Amino acid sequence: MKKSAVAQYESLDVSPLLAHATGEVVTHSYVRYVPLPKAGGVLALVTLDNGKDHTRPNTLGPQGLVELRDTLLELKDKAHKKEIAAVGITGSPFILAAGADLSKVGDIPDKATGVLMVKLGHHTLGLLGEMGVPSFCFINGLALGGGLEIALNADYRTVSASAAALALPEVFLGLIPGWGGAWLLPNLIGIKNALTVMVENPLKMNRTLKPEQALELGIADAMFPAARFLEDSVEFADEVVARTRKVKRPNEPSALERSTVWPIAVNTARKMLRERIGTVAQSPYAALDLLAGATSATKAAGFAAEDDVLAQLIAGDQFRASVYAFMLTQKRAKLTPGAPDREHAQPITKVGVVGAGLMARQCAFQILRRLEIPVVISDVSEERVLDATQWMEAEITALQEKGRVHSDTANKLRGLIHGTTSMQEFASCDLVIEAVFEEISVKREVFQELEKHVSADAILASNTSSLSIGDIAQVLKHPSRMVGIHFFNPVAVMPLVEVVRAEKSSDAAVATGVSLVNKLKKTAIVTADTTGFVVNRLLAKLLGEAMNAIESGTPYDVVDQSVAPLGLPMGPFKLLELVGLQVGAHVLDTHHAAFPDRFFASEALKELVGHGKIYDRDAKGKVTGVSSFAQGLVGSGPGFSAEELQRRVYEGLADEVWRMLDDGVVEGPEDIDVAMILGAGWPFHMGGLTPFLDRVGASEKARGKTFHTPPIRGVA
Amino acid sequence: MQGNQVVFVDGVRTPFGRAGDKGMYWDTRADDMIVSAIIGLLGRNPNLPPDKIDDVAIAATTQEGDQGLTLGRTAAILAGLPLSVPGFAIDRMCAGAMTAVTTLAGGIAAGAYDIALAGGVEHMGRHPLGRDIDPNPRFLAEKLVSPDALNMGITAERLHDRFPELTKERADRFGMMSQTKVEAAYQAGHIQPDLIPVALRSPEGYGLATEDEGRRPGTTMEALSELKTPFRPHGKVTAGNASPLTDGATVAALASQDVARALGLGVKMRMVSFAFAGVEPEVMGIGPIPSTEKALAKAGLKIEDIGLFELNEAFAVQVLSLLDHFGIADDDPRVNPWGGAIALGHPLAASGVRLMIQLARQFELHPEVRYGLTAMCVGLGQGGSVIWENPHFTGAQ
Repeated sequence: MKKSAVAQYESLDVSPLLAHATGEVVTHSYVRYVPLPKAGGVLALVTLDNGKDHTRPNTLGPQGLVELRDTLLELKDKAHKKEIAAVGITGSPFILAAGADLSKVGDIPDKATGVLMVKLGHHTLGLLGEMGVPSFCFINGLALGGGLEIALNADYRTVSASAAALALPEVFLGLIPGWGGAWLLPNLIGIKNALTVMVENPLKMNRTLKPEQALELGIADAMFPAARFLEDSVEFADEVVARTRKVKRPNEPSALERSTVWPIAVNTARKMLRERIGTVAQSPYAALDLLAGATSATKAAGFAAEDDVLAQLIAGDQFRASVYAFMLTQKRAKLTPGAPDREHAQPITKVGVVGAGLMARQCAFQILRRLEIPVVISDVSEERVLDATQWMEAEITALQEKGRVHSDTANKLRGLIHGTTSMQEFASCDLVIEAVFEEISVKREVFQELEKHVSADAILASNTSSLSIGDIAQVLKHPSRMVGIHFFNPVAVMPLVEVVRAEKSSDAAVATGVSLVNKLKKTAIVTADTTGFVVNRLLAKLLGEAMNAIESGTPYDVVDQSVAPLGLPMGPFKLLELVGLQVGAHVLDTHHAAFPDRFFASEALKELVGHGKIYDRDAKGKVTGVSSFAQGLVGSGPGFSAEELQRRVYEGLADEVWRMLDDGVVEGPEDIDVAMILGAGWPFHMGGLTPFLDRVGASEKARGKTFHTPPIRGVA
Repeated sequence: MQGNQVVFVDGVRTPFGRAGDKGMYWDTRADDMIVSAIIGLLGRNPNLPPDKIDDVAIAATTQEGDQGLTLGRTAAILAGLPLSVPGFAIDRMCAGAMTAVTTLAGGIAAGAYDIALAGGVEHMGRHPLGRDIDPNPRFLAEKLVSPDALNMGITAERLHDRFPELTKERADRFGMMSQTKVEAAYQAGHIQPDLIPVALRSPEGYGLATEDEGRRPGTTMEALSELKTPFRPHGKVTAGNASPLTDGATVAALASQDVARALGLGVKMRMVSFAFAGVEPEVMGIGPIPSTEKALAKAGLKIEDIGLFELNEAFAVQVLSLLDHFGIADDDPRVNPWGGAIALGHPLAASGVRLMIQLARQFELHPEVRYGLTAMCVGLGQGGSVIWENPHFTGAQ
């Protein structure tokens, strides 16, 4: 007989955990019995239901887990007495379970309590694998994290063809699937598939699985349509118990896979991960370690290993920061702090875009695609207008060919595009966005002309990244109608837009800007009309310090090394190459002009613009080293040590954030973090920026206090 | 019948549930029930190509909410039939599903359809009969229909008045036998094969409906004699000799005989004739008498030719009135051999196909029987009758 994996938890005292479980929305475990006509006897059907609808999915907290554990223990006893022939578990409509309740994480006061939570989950879910009769999970809907681990712990799984998503997003949140998932998954579907589901997908903007993918991978043994999912699943269970149905698991790892493919796959993944995300994030590597061990460990040992790893992570800084970031982007960001009441927003039924360049046409196209309203795009050059409208039409065709838009919709969208060289055609637009050359005199001319043609209450917006909205609006008769709407490139991909409230901007102008952003399915942050707004200002601080260090004689690798703990998606020089050296130089100039005592402009960067690159790359575009030209720009001075530079960058960033808060650029440090996470890809597991600055002491050095009280950090 | 020969390919139903907040379907939608039945029917008839279905007629008496929105069409879409398959809703109160069958049969006979689905659903818990009705005031002012005629229990009491020989004792005994016969049929496994299990949502978790919920095996005459008479003080109609309020759905596949043969579909019954007839609304229960006379005449048959009767037991007294009319004994073994609506329940517009499902299975067991009758009374004074021929008939013994 196999060794029990849950025996190690039988004497667990969870009372300290329950003492902290206040305000839990408890997911209850209800049991009803259904007959199995082919196998004989009954299946005990456990339904997980928190009594709420799908907008508040089932989650697993201490009380809910204890209830499920006790229910399963009771059923195990019934199985022993031969009163039941099988156990099934399913969820409430559209939802199996969405994992642990993240909003309750702050209630875990110390590591010891965190460990209890991990072990209670192992005990509870693990019981599904040791019921004494076959156990089934009927995945009727959303199954995330611990929700999917319920299924993995059962002996068999069915999935509804309409289940919204299945995923193990733990790594994305600074954790690992520690209720059996890290051991069970690779042993069910093989190491390569497990790496995809457990590590790659969470790091790809938290990608999830569709039901048919879960079936193909072997996570589910059968898939049934939603209309009779439960009925078909019970029949499946009946046939499995009656042994009239064989379950095939083609991806279950063979002995050969275990000895050869397994370790190689994990090592390859580790190498790729290091290149892609660096080594600051802990959870992906912890997941890899567990996956590596899962081939030889017994289930009991696998569970114990998960306990150890998860206990470390759950008490650590990165998990807290991740949850902070997750809550920010999921909740706070959707409320758009600082935005006027929604009711001020004016209807947007037709939009004009001035300019036909790269940003202008992308903005026009996104508005067309998401709002499906008439879009007028203009330029002084007829040729450029034609080029822009043709580009948009080609984009529509591309979407159509990918099956992303229906041919009827594609026809409709094409009919909504209008190109012109005359601003008269903006007369019936509710909103006109300017995206022309970044030169104030050019922009002022545009707005002066625009105001002659648009209706009295039309909102005017500029997509400027570096100029003052108020300065541009000076030429308007009604400057209150002006707002900044700062998109990031590429517009289709970047989830953040800065909506800039100038001194005279009306509530209607700002609210309409925010409304546009929301309709584009993006996140808006409202900022004051200060140079660089939020994202570019902080990037300019970082990049300016980096270039200044080079000019002062600091080697490139020392600069990279000094900022590595920030866990940024790439170092400062790679970032400069990505945004474009010329754009970068312009951003530094603008900030130096606005704040000469705090921001560096860079002569070296301007020289690099002429050279065109910083790094040498091989044929595949992979960096081989710093180009000799760039090397030659390292100053002859003593430069900074990594520690010195790190202090300058950390404290410089902290000082800049404090100044932004003092000046009311945004409402709070949380909005800075939303901006940096969504606008610059700064890491979730750092909580963006401010939790990190608190943790390293930079906030206090800059201003004698922390941004967050208490600071966002792990527990002892 | 003239035209193409119409055959009953197969029929299924959901288990019937007690109506009301204590019933098993209280948290289940009516449309989900009929959709379950349709999926179940197609699931066990793999030779029936869904894209070859020419129409879907689904009946409901109260066509509102989850029983509204032209049910045949919505149910077809929800059941995953191709969008090219049309559908509609139908209403003749209790004879809804029967009318769905006869209407589509007419279309098949005329050559308009090759294959059609006909059924009905009634969730009497969610949609009690008579809620929100607005009878025309002329009914009363011109004495066209007595207000009592809208209360089916009162029409049943009136049948006792009209036929004094139909005593409460006879009605109770018939009710008791219905319970006994249904229980025996369950024990013998005659009922279960045509039931499609339905997942049951409830605040206490999911369950599965696998059997009819309202059965009361072990009912005694003594117990029946003590039941209240809700429709009249010291009256005769009780919960023991009437059908209970019920939730349920039924559906059947019909086809022309030629198409059924070509596709290799099963043939469980052949349609011989059908008829509907009107009577005074105040005694609606006698409706099946004239409709059966009509159907027999059209078929050129006599009552003696009918070897099996599936009569809807809306009330014991109205079944007995038909039996008396044709000179058939109350306990004639040809009549409702597996019991009826008093024990199984009567989800109004769904019941017609339930009669056909049971007759079809009895035909299989009785190759010596050539003809069978399904008949039922209908609110507002109507009756409906369909005469079927047994394809398993091997000649009289």
